[in-house]
Amino acid sequence: MTWKKTWIIYMTIVRTEVGRFFRVWSQTLLAPIVTTTLYYIIFGKFIGSQVAPIGGFTYIQFIVPGLVMMTVITSSFQNTVSSFYMAKMMKFLEELLVAPVHPLVVVAGYVTGGVARGLVTAAMVLVVALFFTKLMISSVLILLLFGILTSIFFSLLGLIVAIYAKNFDGVSIIPTFVLTPLTYLGGVFYSIKMLPDFWQIVSHANPIFYMINGFRYGFLGFTDTSLLVSAGLLVVFCLGALLFTLYLFQSGRALRTG
Amino acid sequence: MSHALSIKQLKKKYPTGTEALKGIDLVVEEGGFFGLLGPNGAGKSTLISIVCGLTGKTSGEVLVGGLSIDTDREATKEMIGLVPQEFNFNIFEKVIDIVVKQAGYYGIPRPQAIQNAEKYLKKLGLWEKRDAKAMELSGGMKRRLMIARGLVHEPKVLVLDEPTAGVDVELRRGMWDFLREINEAGTTIILTTHYLEEAEQLCRELAIINKGEIVAQGTVKDLLTKLQVETFVFDLAESLNDKTKELISKFEVRVIDPDTIEMDLQEGESFTEQIVALARLGIMVKSARNKTNRLEELFVNLTQEKKSV
Repeated sequence: MTWKKTWIIYMTIVRTEVGRFFRVWSQTLLAPIVTTTLYYIIFGKFIGSQVAPIGGFTYIQFIVPGLVMMTVITSSFQNTVSSFYMAKMMKFLEELLVAPVHPLVVVAGYVTGGVARGLVTAAMVLVVALFFTKLMISSVLILLLFGILTSIFFSLLGLIVAIYAKNFDGVSIIPTFVLTPLTYLGGVFYSIKMLPDFWQIVSHANPIFYMINGFRYGFLGFTDTSLLVSAGLLVVFCLGALLFTLYLFQSGRALRTG
Repeated sequence: MSHALSIKQLKKKYPTGTEALKGIDLVVEEGGFFGLLGPNGAGKSTLISIVCGLTGKTSGEVLVGGLSIDTDREATKEMIGLVPQEFNFNIFEKVIDIVVKQAGYYGIPRPQAIQNAEKYLKKLGLWEKRDAKAMELSGGMKRRLMIARGLVHEPKVLVLDEPTAGVDVELRRGMWDFLREINEAGTTIILTTHYLEEAEQLCRELAIINKGEIVAQGTVKDLLTKLQVETFVFDLAESLNDKTKELISKFEVRVIDPDTIEMDLQEGESFTEQIVALARLGIMVKSARNKTNRLEELFVNLTQEKKSV
């Protein structure tokens, strides 16, 4: 397989994936904007006005990076999990499986679709945030690094969940019982320094805590933990998820019929 | 002539313990039109899935165009186009997008992919429907869409799994003509079918598969010679009367009604001699036909033999 052919295959998957989420924009783009706007109004404006500044920033300035990251996590995960699961369930995944496509290209194509949706929705909720507060940007590089790596990780996680899912319950179980709790407890709405010592230690076991803190540093230059540790862990998570996804593809597990 | 497909001792055992294929040996010549017949659950679809890379095999060797599906997986996949039995496209996508996208999965540049899609959608009478969503198509159109999709990368071997299942007679004959046309243009065709008439009409070579084993393989003519008895139905020019009934009793025939008789001809017996002998007795035959499709007879014989083992 030449590089040119590989590129064409990759772009075909990306075009399909990006086209899909733009086609159903009311579910994929509008819904997160509505949800996040409600968070801005209720937590940022109504409740936030009663909360003391955190690290020298107003409450809404503090929660905007976390809310944007929450959108990135949900959008990236939802994109790959729903797209891949539908392809598997409706059997049109076979269109890819009969073609001379390397598993790495399939994974790269789907992940690019997930990252594209994550970044597009993030950009949109950031624009909405401008209606509620002034945005500060401390480091564009850190912002992009954490935004993209988090999006890659959750796109990969979406693929893994879709591969294992046997029905729609299997698709929704991880976001309901794992992702949402970990995101809320990862410091979207508070600094972990506000927690008792024990819960501060527990929070360090939550991977999403590092992602939100790194991303928040990109905006505010303020973090609850070491930036280097956060970035290092995120790279390790991404590599681990990538290798595991590739293993699932290579072994044919859950993709082929036997 | 080289082999489009060569299979040696192919075995497939599912984790559940089901042995779907028990050592299949099969050869399809380049440019051939090959039929794979068998009852439901015989292993036809498993065999096709392995050749196309959708299912792994337990053991054995599969070569496509002389290349192994194990060591040259990408090259062998490029040579094959698959038209599966069940609809397996995204029903929310447009017809043209489904076909163009499939070409993209084979690394064909987009302008060329669009050209190929147009060519095959036109040939299969779907060009007018190119902007319709797949869910809006009729059953026959959906089947033709899958054929266009299977051909868009112009494979050397086209594999069709029950391509005319549920398709009306007129459409089926149209599809037969199309398949003959692309076969004459050089594409090797392998099809599985339940319709024995379809196999007899289209295929030059056949294999009959039952319970994971090939029970017969060869040209249609060779296979039919395996039949030792053939039953003919004769419609008589004049109804039998008492006299002719008595005369005819010397023959091994069954009188169905005064105007119709049935006769079993053993292999080597002459059809003409029987007609002449009847004529000598004053019994004139108006028309004659096979009681059953001969291939169907062979198929039933072979699959039932196996069942009784």
